[in-house]
Amino acid sequence: MTAASTAPAPAPAPATARAPRRTALLPTAALLLGALYCLLPVAWVVVASTKSGRELFSTFTFLPGTGFAENLADLSAYRDGVYWQWMANSALYAGLGALLSTAVSALAGYALAVYRFRGREAVFNVLLTGVLMPPVILAVPQYLLLAEVNLTDTHLSVLLPSVLSPYGVYLARIYASAAVPADVVEAGRTDGSGEWRIFRSLALPMMLPGLVTVFLFQFVAIWNNFLLPYIMLGDDEKFPVTLGLFTLLQQGSSTPALYTLVIAGALLAVLPLIALFLVVQRFWSLDLLSGAVKS
Amino acid sequence: MNHRTVAACTAAALAAAVLTGCGSSGDDSAASGPAELTYWAWAPGMDKVVALWNEENPDVKVVVKKQASGDDLVTKTITAAKAGEAPDLVQAEYQALPTLVGNDVLADISGEVAGAEKEFAPGVWQQVTLGGDAVYALPQDSGPMMFYYRHDLFEEYGLTVPTTWEEFADTARALKEKAPEKDLTTFSSNDAGLFAGLAQQAGARWWTTEGRKWKVAIDDAATRKVADFWGSLVREGAIDNQPMYTPAWNKALNTGKQIAWVSAVWAPGTLTTAAPDTRGKWAMAPLPQWEKGANATGSWGGSTTAVTGDSEHKEAAARFATWLNTDPEALAALVRESGVYPAAKAAQSGGALSRAPEFFPNQPDFYEQAAEIAQGTAPAAWGPNVNVAYSTFKDAFSKAAKNRSGFDSALRTMHEATVADLRKQGFGVAE
Repeated sequence: MTAASTAPAPAPAPATARAPRRTALLPTAALLLGALYCLLPVAWVVVASTKSGRELFSTFTFLPGTGFAENLADLSAYRDGVYWQWMANSALYAGLGALLSTAVSALAGYALAVYRFRGREAVFNVLLTGVLMPPVILAVPQYLLLAEVNLTDTHLSVLLPSVLSPYGVYLARIYASAAVPADVVEAGRTDGSGEWRIFRSLALPMMLPGLVTVFLFQFVAIWNNFLLPYIMLGDDEKFPVTLGLFTLLQQGSSTPALYTLVIAGALLAVLPLIALFLVVQRFWSLDLLSGAVKS
Repeated sequence: MNHRTVAACTAAALAAAVLTGCGSSGDDSAASGPAELTYWAWAPGMDKVVALWNEENPDVKVVVKKQASGDDLVTKTITAAKAGEAPDLVQAEYQALPTLVGNDVLADISGEVAGAEKEFAPGVWQQVTLGGDAVYALPQDSGPMMFYYRHDLFEEYGLTVPTTWEEFADTARALKEKAPEKDLTTFSSNDAGLFAGLAQQAGARWWTTEGRKWKVAIDDAATRKVADFWGSLVREGAIDNQPMYTPAWNKALNTGKQIAWVSAVWAPGTLTTAAPDTRGKWAMAPLPQWEKGANATGSWGGSTTAVTGDSEHKEAAARFATWLNTDPEALAALVRESGVYPAAKAAQSGGALSRAPEFFPNQPDFYEQAAEIAQGTAPAAWGPNVNVAYSTFKDAFSKAAKNRSGFDSALRTMHEATVADLRKQGFGVAE
C-alpha cells in the first residue's frame, strides 16, 4: 500500500482495489449485524442503569432515565457499601488468579513444548481431556476436597481451583512451540546460560503475546465465574460481584428484587473488563514482530 | 512478566495459604470460648435483627451470612452438609424442609423448643414437624394468600369483588367484554408456589406418608379442579397466559392492563416496585372461595429457621431460633427490618403491623383483615422432591399455557415425574 502511494499507480491497481470492496459488503453487513447483536444488550444495560425504579418498567426501553446518580448512591449505600467489597474481591480473585494461572501455564506450556521427556504426550493428553471438561462439573468435587483441608469459605478456595487452567497450559504450549524456535534455546545453551535463564530471558519475551491472551481469558473467566464461588463461599463479605448481585435478585418471595441496583451494579462490573481489554490489547500487535529467527 | 514478578506472586500466594490455613483452624478450636453461630439467611436486614440478640447474649454470638434465596440455596446447604461444613442455622422455605431432612441436614430440636408450638397456627406448625414428633425448624414468616385488585378500575368497569371462584371467572369474562384489551389477571406457569397454594386452598395434600412410604397426590381431585378452572380460563382467553415477575408483567400492572392479582400478604412490597404509579389504587380482599361463605386460603412463600446437624452448639442455636421467631422484640424487629409477615400468631396484628402498608393508604385495616384471612390457612403437605415437581410444573404448564390447550395432561405429567423421581431416589411410593 505504501509502495502504491509513492509510485505512479499502475493500471490494474484500481481494479484489484475495487474488487475486494464489492465482495466485502456481505461480510461487513454480517459483522455489523453480529456487533449489533452483541452490543444491544450492553446498550440496554447502559440505558437501564440510568432509570429510577419508577421509570424502569414504565418508560420506553431505550429512553434514558433520570436516576443514574441515585442508583449509584443507593448501590454504594446498600449494606454499608458491601458492593465495593464484592468488586474488590472480584479484582483479587480475577487479578491474582489470572496472574498465577498465567505463570503456571507459561512454565508448563514451555516445558511441554521445548523438552522431550517420557510421558510428555500422556501429560498433554490428560490436559486436553481437562480442556474438554467443563469446569462446572468439577466445582462440587473441588468443594469436597477443599473441605477435607478446611479451606472452604476462604479466599483461597476460589483462588486455588482457578490457578490451574488446562486451556491456559494448552494455549501456552501451542504458542511456545510456534514462537520459541528450538534454535534459540540451543543457542542459549551453547552460550552457557542455564535453563531457567533461557526461559526467563529468551522464551518468556517471545511468549508474551500468547501469555497476555491466557491472562485475559483467565481474568474474564474468573471474573464471570459464578458456580465455583457460589459453592465455595458462605460468607457474603468474601463474595465476588457476580454472587453479590445474585443475592440482590433473590431476596425471598416476600421481598422484591432490587432491579435498579442490580442493573447499575452489572454495568459497573463490566467496566473493569472493558478497561482491561483496552489496556492489554496493544500487546497482541507484538505478535509477529517478536520472533528472533528468520525462517 | 519477569522472573521477579513470578517469584513475588508465588511467595504472596504461599503466604496467603499459610495465613488462611491458620485462620480457619483457629475458628474450629474456638469452641471453648463464647459460642459463635453462623446463620445463612436471605431476609434483608436480618443482621440488624440479630444484632439485638448479640447485645443481650454475649455468650452466644450469631453471625449472619447473607445468601440468595431459592432452590439453589437448598442444594448448596446439602453440599455443605455432605462436607460437614454446613452453617449452624439456615433459613429454609417450608417446602424445602423434607428435602433437607431427607438429606440428613437438619437436627431434631423438639427437646429444645418445647412450648413453642402454641405460638403458631396448627397448619403452620405441622409443616415444621412433617407430621411427626420431631421438630426440624421454627416457622419464621408465612404467606397467606389473598386477592388484590385495582379498586378504581373495578369501579370504572362496574365489577364487583369476587367471593367465589365462579364469580372470579365471571368477573374475568365481564372485563373482557367491556375492555377486550385488558385482563383480570394472568396464569403464571413460572410460579409453582402460587399453583401449590391454590391447590392447598382447594384441599389438596400433594405429599403424605402411608406407613413408611410416600404417597403422591398431585393429580388428585382437588388439584384437578384448580387446574381445570385456570386451564379453561386460559383456553377461552378470559385471562392472560404470560408469566409473572417479568418486565412485561410489571408494566401490565403499572399501566392497568392487568387489574387484579392473586397473591399473598407480601404483595404490597412487590407492587411498590412492580407498579410504582398505582399507589393507593389497590385493595386487598380474601381469596375467592370454592364454597360460598368459607374462609380457606393457601400459602405462597414463607420460611423457617432450622438448626443443622453439623452445628456444635445445637442447644444455643435452637435457643436463638426460638427467640428470633417468638420473642415480641425480635418479631417486631423482623417486621421492621426484614419486612416479613411473621408466622407467630401474636405478632400478626397490632404492634409493628398496626399500620397498613405504605402502598395501601386506602385500606387502614389491612393487617387486621390479613390476620383474619390467615386463620383459614389450609395445611400444606410437602415431600422430599418439591423441586422436581416445581420444575416439571414450569415446563409442562408453560407449554400448555402458551398453546392455551388446558392443563389436564400437564398436571398428569407433573404427577408422574414426581412419582418417578421419588422411586429413582429410592423412596418407597404407595399407589
